[in-house]
This record gives sequence, structure tokens and C-alpha cells, in this order.
Amino acid sequence: MQKHTFTIGLFALIALIVALSQLNILDQYYTSVIMFMGVNVMLASSLNLVNGYMGEFSCGHGGFMCVGAYVSSLCTVLMFSKNQILGAPLLPPQLAFIGFPIALMVGAGAAAVAGLVVAIPSFKTRGDYLAIITLAANYIIISAINNMEIVGGPRGFMGMSATDRAMSGVIDLPWMLIFVLLGSVFTVWLLRRFVTSTLGKGVPAICQDEIAAEIMSVDTNRMKLIAFMLSSGLAGLAGGLYAHVLGYVNPQSFDIMRSTEVMVMVYLGGMGSLSGAAIAAVSYTVLMEALRFLDVWKWVVIPLLLILLMQFRPEGIMGNKELSDLFPKLRKYYSFK
Amino acid sequence: MSLLEINGLTRRFGGLIAVNDFNIEIGEHELVALIGPNGAGKTTVFNLISGFYQPSEGSIRLNGKDTKGLRPHQVTALGVARTFQGIRLWSEMTVLDNIRIAQHYRLGYSLLDSFLRTKNYMLREKAIDDIAWKLLEAMDLKDCANELPRNLPYGVQRRVEIARAMSVKPSLLLLDEPAAGLNSADVEGLIKLVRWIYDTFPVTIWMIEHQMTVVMSLCSRIKVVDFGTTIADGTPEEIQSNPTVIKAYLGDDTI
Amino acid sequence: MEIFQNILNALQFGSFYALIALGYTLVYGVLRLINFAHGDIFMVGAYLAYFVAVTLLGIGGLNLGLHVDPALALAITVPATMILTALVGVTLERTAYRPLRRKGADRLYVVITALMAGLVLENGNLALLGASRKRFPDLIDKVIWNLGGVSVTNLKVVVIVAAIAVFLMLQFIVTRTKIGMAMRGISYDKFAIPLMGIPLDTIIVVTFVLGSAMAGLAGILFAMSYPILEPYMGALIGWKAFIAAVVGGIGDIRGAIVGGFMLGFIEIGVVAVFPSTLRDLFAFSVLLIILWLRPTGIYGVAQTTKI
Repeated sequence: MQKHTFTIGLFALIALIVALSQLNILDQYYTSVIMFMGVNVMLASSLNLVNGYMGEFSCGHGGFMCVGAYVSSLCTVLMFSKNQILGAPLLPPQLAFIGFPIALMVGAGAAAVAGLVVAIPSFKTRGDYLAIITLAANYIIISAINNMEIVGGPRGFMGMSATDRAMSGVIDLPWMLIFVLLGSVFTVWLLRRFVTSTLGKGVPAICQDEIAAEIMSVDTNRMKLIAFMLSSGLAGLAGGLYAHVLGYVNPQSFDIMRSTEVMVMVYLGGMGSLSGAAIAAVSYTVLMEALRFLDVWKWVVIPLLLILLMQFRPEGIMGNKELSDLFPKLRKYYSFK
Repeated sequence: MSLLEINGLTRRFGGLIAVNDFNIEIGEHELVALIGPNGAGKTTVFNLISGFYQPSEGSIRLNGKDTKGLRPHQVTALGVARTFQGIRLWSEMTVLDNIRIAQHYRLGYSLLDSFLRTKNYMLREKAIDDIAWKLLEAMDLKDCANELPRNLPYGVQRRVEIARAMSVKPSLLLLDEPAAGLNSADVEGLIKLVRWIYDTFPVTIWMIEHQMTVVMSLCSRIKVVDFGTTIADGTPEEIQSNPTVIKAYLGDDTI
Repeated sequence: MEIFQNILNALQFGSFYALIALGYTLVYGVLRLINFAHGDIFMVGAYLAYFVAVTLLGIGGLNLGLHVDPALALAITVPATMILTALVGVTLERTAYRPLRRKGADRLYVVITALMAGLVLENGNLALLGASRKRFPDLIDKVIWNLGGVSVTNLKVVVIVAAIAVFLMLQFIVTRTKIGMAMRGISYDKFAIPLMGIPLDTIIVVTFVLGSAMAGLAGILFAMSYPILEPYMGALIGWKAFIAAVVGGIGDIRGAIVGGFMLGFIEIGVVAVFPSTLRDLFAFSVLLIILWLRPTGIYGVAQTTKI
């Protein structure tokens, strides 16, 4: 029983948040802040696999998020909403409970495939040159979307809230909140299982000594493929959820600025620490909201804070440690290996 | 059939011929040394065998299988493990993890298994763990299983590197200057360790070494190279009295 | 005739990219540091040029009662901007990068610091000066020569000549002078250089001075060619110039020039054939393909690892 304390606690917390939101104790604003937290947790932890565990410098995470957001939005709009170009909804709203997760998965899959653009060059090159490739990939994805009239080009794409309405119409619950919370738990859970397996430990082995890894039987190309595709796929999942939370997306919201933001969270939390990424994502979201009153100065203050962090605690909040490394007693309370 | 068969192996780097027409045949369960002055191309031979470089000419056969075009991890999967001249452990991971990861080629489970923690995954991870612990115990490294390699003394790091290579379960173990940088007590320990590995496992050991005490007390056969070319091949006694070898090491006295 | 017009435009755009790419490549060549703030230093350069120029002309907020002749104003603005921009670059080096280098921090932390410094410059500008755009005053009278249907402005010629002159000068400094030799030495071994009696910090400061001054020059020329200034003007052009530097082979001065002009030609070429909205898509795709095929860029040398 004790072993399951953490899991039970986590799901109790989710249930509590959902209940509070349902009863309107948490108003619209707080609910959406919590949802952005969830999306950020997903983004930060998935980027951490590449930038933290694998030690690459991917600065195009926003691009993969964009692919996931647009592909899944296109799916749900096609299925559940009326669109001028795509026509009437194809499916009755009751099916949204199945259709929405499938759409998210399709988006994630598409993003994972987009991850190949970066994964394949990573076989031959690394470091700075790979960083440019990720950067170029980000720009390419954004300008490709900008040129696609079917998803509205630079004006953006909307109609995703129909899915939320379809689900709430059947059972009245804050569905997006539920999906975001489950999505972030799923992301961290999946990554945690991967990086603690001997298979997944091939990823930090590449970071620490790629030549030794390859010679000691780690198939480095396969590991890079897995790492990049998993990372971009989960970013796509986050993107899908983000799009449906907002109900509207435009290409500019996934540009290099977004990618930078995710990087900030990763380095704030500590490279190679999943709990660090989660903590950083949550505190970053809170910080962003708390500094809202600064208006334009916010984007002066936050980079300055990060510069100071780099000077005085460059390893981030957690370094490469997990919470359970710092507080070994915590291990008693969870069992997900 | 011999374990390793190298024929006419040549490797050029631009205009430099690092290895020139290198031939050797090594059988199962032998202990062989490769010696030669600095820059003679010894490590290049090892790099060619482990697939890090591709040969310009010639062939390398392992148990009769040509390794041409194989990537290093595929060569390792055929049973070739090695250590490095400068220690190349994964310094931010525990000693135990270092030894686990070197079993990557026979994980025996898929990515999906690792997500779902299937029964197969659990069994295989257990087996990997068992092998790692057995090796640590046998090589007297059990106490530092959860240490990071960079916190260990140099001599111990060497031992960890050899243990990591052994966890590949190699049929051919390549040791690249295992005694480099060790003090005399550590060298004693190393000789014992290599001897023990040779007596315990069905493995052929081929080492590059400069310290003659190590070479002479361990190896039954020595190959000497200089400027990429083989200049002598024979038992320790033959090598010690070979005039070409003496000339290569000490220089020509007819200046 | 349109093709010559396009070539001229490509050369002009390529010159801007090349001038900025030179700054990236200089710093990278010496410190192995991607100075992500460089695009914003270019932006700062353009703004500094604006403030110097309006003050001299006596039309700005800071009215000293000066009414300098535009030609003289230009002659003062160019060196003044280059010096001031160089100061900004050196300040950045002193306050942000040097402490990290002294601590022996991982390269990654310096890169992140650079990225954040760029954001501070961009958004600091936005916060201080507001979102309204600035119009750069005309300093020289536009002269248009019509050469068989190709309209050549004096400004375009100046831009192209400046880029080539700067390239030749930097190439000379790096390959022929003592200080250039020290710069190349640092890129090989940062630890051995001070032991050889070469003042490491001085050389690095010189590198930043050169790189930032070139960004400042690019800033003035850009502001004169496209006289609307806004805080984010450095971001996109900076990123593009950076990619150009990498495609040319970052760390090599010839690479910056070749990469810069290549990007100029690709962009103008795309716009000549396709709708202009496809410009970035094509330009980045071509660059990506070049990097797939030649991961270290055109002049870059692959680093070999010994084991």
C-alpha cells in the first residue's frame, strides 16, 4: 500500500483539481494556468530527453509542437466541427471521447515523423551543427504552415473548441483539463520508464562518450532515432493539447520564441532530471503569470534571471538529480520503476 | 578455423600509411601482444578491428565472417570488446550502469517492452543485472558499484573498464595499453587480473602494451610493428633477441 | 534585364547577411561560442546609428541644437556607431561571458547566456523605446544610375563594396597579422595560449570589437537602405545570417561571405519565381539540405576524434 502512496496521491490531486474546476472554485483563469502548466511539463520533460539526457542542443522544439497541434486540430475539426473548407462534422459528438485521443495520437505520430528531419542528420553530425538543423527545421515548419491556406496560413486555424463542447455536451466535465493532466502524467511516466531502462540508458551514454557507446555495442543511430522521435512525438502531443485548450492556433505561437521558452524550462530545472523539468515547468508558468504586471519588462526580467542562474547555479534547480535522489525517503512511497 | 584472421590490412589517412599490409592469425584462447614504438599504428589496428575505421585495403575476419562495412556496435555484437588508451568510461553514470549498458547488443527486449514493463523486460533486466553483479564481485569492484567512475582512483577505473569490456562476453578482448599510467603495485594487480580473466573465461586476449614486464609475463606470442609494417613476430624470447626490434626501439647505431 | 536587377538585389542582401555572419564566425572561430546575441547587436547598431544621426541633424529627442550637414553627419555616424556598437559587444563579453569563462563553465551555459542576452537587448529596447517604429533620416541623396534597364543606386553599391572590403580586411587580419595568429591559436587550444605569453582576454576583446563593429556597420547600412527600425529587426536577419555562417562553415571567414551571398541569391531567386511568402521556406530548406549533405558546411573542417 505504502508503495502506491505517490500514485494514489497524484490521481487524488488530479481529481481534486478537476472537482474544484467543475465546482467553479477554481475560476477560468486558474484553470487555464493549470492547463498551461501541464502543457509546459510535457514540453520541458520531452525536450529534456534530447537536450538533457542526450546532451544535444535542440532549439526547434516549438516546430514539433506545431506539427502536433495542427495535425490533431485538423483531425478533430474534420470529425467534430463545421468548417468552411472541410465541411460538416463527419462524426456524431458522442464519439469525441474516442476521436479526440486518437486525433492527439495522430498529431503526436506526425510530430514524431517530423522529428526524423533532425534525427537523420544527427547520425553524422552533432553539437553546434545539429543545433542549426533544429533551428532550420523550426523555421521550415512555421513557414510551411504559413503557406497552407487550408489551415488558414498566417491567420491561424480554429474550430477545435467544438470537440470540447461535444464532450461537455455528453458529460459535463472540464474535459480539456482532464486530458491535459492525464497527458502530462503520461508523458513523464513514459519518459521515466524509458530513461530508467538499460535500453534508455544508452541515451546518456551517447552524451557522455559517443565513441565508447558505439564501440561498447550501443546502436547509437537507433538510440538517436528513438530519442529524437520520442521527444518530438511527445512535443506533438503537448501541441495537440495546447491547440485544443486554446481552441485557436496560429503559426507564430510555435516560433523560435516558444522553443526558447521550453529550453529555458529545461535548463532551469536541470539537464537530465525529469522531476527538475516538471518543477521548472510549473514554477516557470507561475513566474510568467506572477510577472504579468511587468508587461514588456517581463521579457527583460526573465532572461536576466536566467543569466544570473547560469552565473551562480548553472546546473539548474535539480542538476541531474531526481527528487528521489535528494530525498531517498520518498522512494518508500512510489513504485514506478 | 582461427578466431581472428587479418589479411593484407592497410589503412591510409590521406598520404599517411598508418597500417601497411598487416597480417595476423589468432586462434581461440591465446594471449598475444602487439608492441612497437609510439605512432607505429598499433591503435589503428585495434580501431580497424572494432570497426571504428574502415580498412583501405585487406580484410578482417572474425570466426570466418568478414567484418567489412559493419558498424562498431555490430562488430562488438560478434564478440569483440575493447578498452581504450585513455579511459573512456561514461563518467556521469554509476559503475554498475557502465557495466549494464555494455550489454546493449543482447538486451532482448524492445522499446515497447521498456514502456510497458512486460514480463520479458523484467526477466531480461534481471539477467543483465545478475551478470553485472557477478562481474563486479569477481573483479573486486562490488564496493564501488554505485560510485561514479570519476570519483574512483585511476587504477580502479582501469579495472572498471576491463569489467565493462568483459560484460560484452567477448571471445576476443582487445586491451589498448592497459598498464599506461599505473603505478607498480597497480601493474602487479593488472597482471594478475589479466591472467585470471584468461584462466577463467574462454577468451582470447590481444593487448597493446609498452611495459615489457606486463608483456613478457603474460603473453605467449608477440607481434612487433613499426611505421605500420610488421617487423617481427614470435615468442618473447625470440623478440628480445631480434636485431630489427632492437633497432626500432633503440635506433640505429651506425649514424 | 530583370535577371541583372535580381543579381544586384541578391548581392545587396547577401552583403547584409555576410556582414552579420562575419561577426558570428569571428567569435565562433575564436571561442567556439555561438554568440546568439549577435543579431540583436546588429539591431542595437541600427538604433545607435539612428540616435547619433538624429542628434547630429538636430531632429531627435536629444536636441543639442546641432544642425550638421547630412554628409558630415554620415561621416561622423559611421565611425561613431561602429565604436559604440563595439562597446556594447565588449560590455556583453565582460559582464556575461567572461565570468563564465573564468569559472570554466560548460560551453552550453555560455550559449544560453548569449541567447538570453539577445532577449534582454530586444525586449529592453522595446520596453525603453516603445513599440513605435523609428524612421531613419536620409543622410545621403539617393542617386539612381540606369545601366541598360538595371537601376543601380549608390547605396546598393556602397553596401556591396563595404561587405567585400570588410571581408578582405578581416581575412588579412586573421591570416596575416600577429593578433590574427593568436586568434587562430586560441581556437585550437585555449589553455596553452596564455602559457605562450599571449594575453587571452585581450585577444578575445579584440574579437568582440571586430565582430560587433561589423554588426554596427551592417546596422547603419541596413538602416539607410530600409529606414524603418523596430526592436525585433535583428532577430530574423540575425538567425538567417547565423545559418548562413554555418552553411559556409562557421569559424571560417570565407565561409561567412560565401554563405551570406548564397543565402541572398537563394532568397532573391525564390522570390523571382515563387510567391514571396515561400521565401523563408525555400531558403531554409535549401540550407538544411546543404547541411545534410555537408554537415560541417562548405569551408568547415570535420573535427576528428582520436581514440
